[in-house]
Amino acid sequence: MTITLAELCIAACAETFRTDREIIGTGIGPVPRLGVSLAKLTHSPGLMMTDGEAFLVEQPIPLGPRGDYVPKKAGYLPFSRFFDSAVWTGRRHAMVTPTQVDRFGQTNLSALGGTHQQPKIQMLGARGFPGNGIYHANSMFIPAHSNRVFVEGEVDRVSSPGYNPARRIAGGNYSGIDLQRVVTNLCVMDFEGPGNTVRVRTLHPGVTFAEVQEATGFELIDAVESETALPTEEQLAIIARLDPHGIRNKVLKDNPPARKEAA
Amino acid sequence: MTLDKRMTPAEIVGQLRDGMTLGIGGWGPRRKPMALVREILRSDLKDLTVVSYGGPDVGMLCAAGKVKKLVFAFVSLDAIPLEPWFRKAREAGDIEVLELDEGMFQWGLKAAAFDLPFLPTRVGLGTDLIELGGLKTVQSPYDDGEVMVAIPALRLDAAIIHVHRSDHRGNVQALGPDTYYDEWFAKAAKRCFVSCEELVEAMEDSYPEDARANAFERCFVTGVTEAQAGAHPTSMPPSYGHDVGWLTKYAGAAKDPGDWSAVAADLVGKSEESYLTSVGGKEAVGALPLPIYS
Repeated sequence: MTITLAELCIAACAETFRTDREIIGTGIGPVPRLGVSLAKLTHSPGLMMTDGEAFLVEQPIPLGPRGDYVPKKAGYLPFSRFFDSAVWTGRRHAMVTPTQVDRFGQTNLSALGGTHQQPKIQMLGARGFPGNGIYHANSMFIPAHSNRVFVEGEVDRVSSPGYNPARRIAGGNYSGIDLQRVVTNLCVMDFEGPGNTVRVRTLHPGVTFAEVQEATGFELIDAVESETALPTEEQLAIIARLDPHGIRNKVLKDNPPARKEAA
Repeated sequence: MTLDKRMTPAEIVGQLRDGMTLGIGGWGPRRKPMALVREILRSDLKDLTVVSYGGPDVGMLCAAGKVKKLVFAFVSLDAIPLEPWFRKAREAGDIEVLELDEGMFQWGLKAAAFDLPFLPTRVGLGTDLIELGGLKTVQSPYDDGEVMVAIPALRLDAAIIHVHRSDHRGNVQALGPDTYYDEWFAKAAKRCFVSCEELVEAMEDSYPEDARANAFERCFVTGVTEAQAGAHPTSMPPSYGHDVGWLTKYAGAAKDPGDWSAVAADLVGKSEESYLTSVGGKEAVGALPLPIYS
């Protein structure tokens, strides 16, 4: 069986969630969710997950229609205490897929173009992004790396804060901003360059730094030490068990293999 | 004093006035007081400031031109992530907005509940929400001197909430895994009107074993009305799930024909009875499967 790029991304997301703390791991979307589930079942058992609704589960729930599977509730974390327990106490790491990301790690989920009164395209709204961004660790999964997502300049609306010195109020406490990794279909990036600038850490097999730079609207630092690690047999078995319907196969265009074919 | 708070939906909507600030309980397409929203849609009420974790309640009120201003953190139908009628109203520039973060939003309700002018938070720092929303900052008077965002109280003239059960005095029971911020909508409002799936005479005689489901106390309830299937098309666990077919039809109508006046009669109904008939009756609603979130 060929290892798919989606499976490689899931393993990279799992690595992103590596922690020795007891915190809520939230992966929004199939790949991040499989990533956090895989992390919890392997190197990071302290991670806590919900059933997507109100209950905590110690055994991550497989994706999609559940058939006879009944989630095993171990705890309770409803929306009505989510800010008290998870977000505003900093006990969470979330991985999300914003519409736009800029070089400061600022993201946009609110609107594109136009004005505040009349946006060209209205999206979801800021949701919990402002609070997530100021209080706890955050990572991103971007399934189609392009300069439409990684924009030049700033995002159209800043829904979550980043490392932009121009957006600091004197006396404000920004110490909770903790952007960890950006996993894309091409590479894994971080914010560990000088002044929290964006670096490429690993390239997915067969991808070049030049390709990544070409698909990014801002300058990247080449800090590539290796290829992104392929998932192990053990990891692949867990991924297959957690995604019995193959939902991961529909995330990336054409569901390519982990190693990019030479053009 | 009388503790009999029973009213008809029309009497509840009759208590509302043009220009009021109205809070709507629930979360996205989950446990929304849709029977009361539909009653508003059948009325002449207008120029509302709507405060809601938005779902089809917001989309429909925007589409019908009832909304002057919206206070929101998102508007979504979950399975259909972007609420199409809300989107249409925004992209036409039809409504004023105060866009907040989900946590800021409940903080504003709590400030109102406690009759405080604001509550401080770090949330909003480093984002566009502060400037776009005209939010002010406040400095800690203690040695740390920290500067924080002051979330203004979201004072509600009225709130509407849908629960499973109530008695005539407003002893409510909200079952299901999560009641979101319904408690704080009730406490932030001058008057809170509750619709319920089942109205009983005395809660202590009917369901005393479920008293822990009393999400907020009856002193926060002004009026109650029975509305079976009253959350449809949104979910009301454990009683019924959201109506994906209905929501798909509703969302599709935003594109074709794209004109609310052409579909309002069909999507709202002339009466709640005719609406329920149009969606297959309360038995059909009761059989809607519970959603799975992932």
